[in-house]
Amino acid sequence: MNAPTKKATAINAFGQSLQRIGAIVFKELRQLTRDRPTFGMIVMVPLIQLLLFGFAINTNVRELPVGVVDLSHTQTARALVSDLTATQVVSFTETYQTPKQAEDAIRRGHVHAVLVIPEDFGQRLQDQRPIAQWLIDGSDTMVSNALLALQQMPFASGFEAQPSARKNTFEIALFFNPERRSAINIVPGLVAIVLTMTMVMFTSAALVRERERGNLELLITTPVRSSEIMIGKIVPYIFVGLIQVSIILGLGHLIFDVPINGRLDQLVLGVFAFISASLTLGLLVSTIAKTQLQAMQLTVFLLIPSILLSGFMFPYEGMPEAAQWIAEALPATHFIRMVRAIVLRGATLEDLQPDLWWLIGFTVLGVIAAASRFKKRLD
Amino acid sequence: MIDLKEPRAQDWAIETIGMTRRFGDFVAVDQLDLRIPHKTIYGFLGPNGCGKSTSMRLITGLLTPSAGSVRVLGMDIPEQAELLRRRLGYMTQKFSLYDDLTVQENLRFMAQIYNLESRSVKQLIDSQLRRYQLNERKTRLAGALSGGQRQRLALAAATLHQPELLILDEPTSAVDPENRRDFWEKLFDLCDSGTTILVSTHYMDEAERCHGLAIMESGVKRADGAPAQLMRELGARVVEIDGENLRLLKQQLGELPEVVSTAQQGTHLRVLIKEAIEDPETWLRSVHPELVANRQIHTVRPSLEDVFVHCTGSNAPDGQGARQ
Repeated sequence: MNAPTKKATAINAFGQSLQRIGAIVFKELRQLTRDRPTFGMIVMVPLIQLLLFGFAINTNVRELPVGVVDLSHTQTARALVSDLTATQVVSFTETYQTPKQAEDAIRRGHVHAVLVIPEDFGQRLQDQRPIAQWLIDGSDTMVSNALLALQQMPFASGFEAQPSARKNTFEIALFFNPERRSAINIVPGLVAIVLTMTMVMFTSAALVRERERGNLELLITTPVRSSEIMIGKIVPYIFVGLIQVSIILGLGHLIFDVPINGRLDQLVLGVFAFISASLTLGLLVSTIAKTQLQAMQLTVFLLIPSILLSGFMFPYEGMPEAAQWIAEALPATHFIRMVRAIVLRGATLEDLQPDLWWLIGFTVLGVIAAASRFKKRLD
Repeated sequence: MIDLKEPRAQDWAIETIGMTRRFGDFVAVDQLDLRIPHKTIYGFLGPNGCGKSTSMRLITGLLTPSAGSVRVLGMDIPEQAELLRRRLGYMTQKFSLYDDLTVQENLRFMAQIYNLESRSVKQLIDSQLRRYQLNERKTRLAGALSGGQRQRLALAAATLHQPELLILDEPTSAVDPENRRDFWEKLFDLCDSGTTILVSTHYMDEAERCHGLAIMESGVKRADGAPAQLMRELGARVVEIDGENLRLLKQQLGELPEVVSTAQQGTHLRVLIKEAIEDPETWLRSVHPELVANRQIHTVRPSLEDVFVHCTGSNAPDGQGARQ
């Protein structure tokens, strides 16, 4: 056989191969454009996520809401507060009468830090000693780092004889996480992320799978009610969720030495409320998605903001207001607040009522919405 | 013989008047009038996509009709669909029990869904397992069963709560002939014990077993009645012609206006000729001797397939022809 013919055959075979590949490529594209929700996701996922996170993610903490306890009641103390405000790192939103009140507020999660200005503030200023103390919730290391940067902020009252030789302007008391270890903050937050992922995915897939396999057509011709299907689908996964929480917090305690400061019954109740809310979210997804692939995509669509906006990775306080509204709509945001408060700061559900009620309300409304969206009909 | 004469209006098991269902521009079921008596087996015969499944879903209340009315067991559907559920057994075209549960677990699940009394459930399931020859396979996963076993399981599940009305959507499409025969024996047993059965099929032999039958095409009912009556009142005569070159003969005969249809069946050609021709053999021999020279011609009794061919496709009574 001569070379040119051989070469021609090879080119021909290559051409046929390309043609077959082309056939598959165009078939895939055609199917993709007919699967509207998936096609929408291709465009919307990057678009929305980019806009959301480009604006919202901000590791530079700005205007962190903090409180102040002013025991000196002097003009100079007020000058110190306004100097701190001018740095734009903090924004004084609360005023407390005693350091005890301030500590309670931190434990409840109302503020991340409180500035305590002592009675002998004027004397300290003269003596070149640290003039005031920051009480800081150390569980979020990004927040505490921002405040630690203020430690050496220069401050002069204007009455001093010589320039200040003071080393630290403030004394710092880091509560809950004095060594500033990230694991302390990450592990409880991880509970929220893992539960969001598995709970939403399980329930959304559970119903969609029955629809895909044809089980649903039979089930809806039986006397079973929509709400009964919904509740029956949720209950088994509550136990799955509790197992996952035990694994994360148990191993977190053993390996990363994460303390469990709160009461266990409070923790279980909080987890229960969050699992119910996440499962409800999954049910809502399952009434929208038609295939398991769509259910998966919607889950991821909800998961990413739950990771990035909920305060799990970046401080909630650092985000612009619009992003905070979105974060408020996600069950994960409320649960992360609760789980950190209970596990790290020993708070009780009484301290966390707004978040708890939000999760309960979401669950109730969500089940009603899912059951009414889920018609025992095929049209 | 079941009496198909008109009972009083409220005595129909299923009655639809002008039942219509549109999906966008597509009319899946068009002005369907049905009257199905109690305790009979009624068949929907038609090709795929003729509206059999949609009609069944309209009757069970799974779909809402775009127009017309549906009454099932004296209840208005879909308004009273929830009430119907307990008195209805439904077998979907696709196997819709759980592949990853065993035979026994599937039956137990359905018993619980229908709130059957737990004391008698075990007995009930055992008797269903025996009746449908599933006893040896009761611990097998449903997904590992053969087509015939699966159909028997689906029927066992659909009849567990002893429904008055059983709706079966192409129950035997994935079943071999022997199992099909057994399956129909079971249906007759159920019918004898008082169950009304609505079944769809595209097999002629199955359709012939029904007490009553509706032939459907493109969402329209082309004919209905008892199979024997449909065959008797075909409106055409049937002859079988044998000999060589049947392909050519088929083509030539097909061009004659008096010939309704031709179909080759092995060594002979089955020809439907318009009723106006009193004696088809004499007519063929005298008017078209060149076509039938040296060929044998037999006049035969019409079959259900002849009925089907005569009233569907381009032969449809309304002259619309096949809409695809």
